[in-house]
Amino acid sequence: MTHLGYLLAGWGLSSFIVLLYAFRLLKRGAQLSARVPSDQARWMSSPKQNGR
Amino acid sequence: MTSSLTTASKGSKILGMTSIVGFVVLVLLAFFVTDPDIRFHPETGEEFGQFDAVRLLYLHVPMAIVTYLAFVVCAIASAGYLVKRTFWWDSMAHAAGEVGTLTCALVLITGSIWGRPVWNTWWEWGDVRLMSTLILFLLFLGYLALRGAFVSPQHAARPAAIVALIAVLDIPLINRSVEWWENRTLHQKSTLSELKIEDLTLFTLVLGILVSVLVVSWLILHRFRVAWLEHVEFEQGVKTAIEERRHLGHGD
Repeated sequence: MTHLGYLLAGWGLSSFIVLLYAFRLLKRGAQLSARVPSDQARWMSSPKQNGR
Repeated sequence: MTSSLTTASKGSKILGMTSIVGFVVLVLLAFFVTDPDIRFHPETGEEFGQFDAVRLLYLHVPMAIVTYLAFVVCAIASAGYLVKRTFWWDSMAHAAGEVGTLTCALVLITGSIWGRPVWNTWWEWGDVRLMSTLILFLLFLGYLALRGAFVSPQHAARPAAIVALIAVLDIPLINRSVEWWENRTLHQKSTLSELKIEDLTLFTLVLGILVSVLVVSWLILHRFRVAWLEHVEFEQGVKTAIEERRHLGHGD
């Protein structure tokens, strides 16, 4: 396979950055969920139901 | 149905799992099933083309498409905020703007990595598509910086919405730049026509677009929920501070 270094750099870097961002999102979400009352995190509710 | 200690829900877990499976299939197809881009000169018979570097097509092009989509969602949500003035729209705009900026950075990075073996350069300052994409990235980086400059998310929402609506105007410019300034770009007019892609190559590219849409949807969904929780926490903090001031007032 030609250009393997470029392929690994492109695919590897992109995957790593997206995974890192996703992991940080989940971590931040878990931290905030622990501090916010669970009734304020009803993900299925509509904006009107929450009055925002 | 919903765990109180995470931003995940049943729907987002299904979306996440589908994205992972789709990505694995995409990698297998992109690296081991599709053919490299090898063409032969009609007169000399000499080999030319992108060879295996073409496998970056299945990553770079879908990433560019979802970047456009994320910024369009950001603009629609920004317009929605200016009309409705609800936090839901602002959170959606913020989430889509942030995820779009991330994918836009990846478009620039993967484009640069792809450009080195194919065009023999990492970057070309005179290329209109590269520059207009860089401008889009910088505009949304400014959008995020503007949001971060305000203590209260409510104060940031209106100016940020206006910036997003202006910044998104760069997208049609990027899209049409290879047509309008065809002598000032290294990019081909259309990936689909220039490479004459069909069958498995086309299928893999379409799969790449679908997987990228799934991944970006998952990211926007979770970023939206984080923004929502940040807002709730901020409002709680404000309420607590007001109550403390009241108690202090009564104490005096």
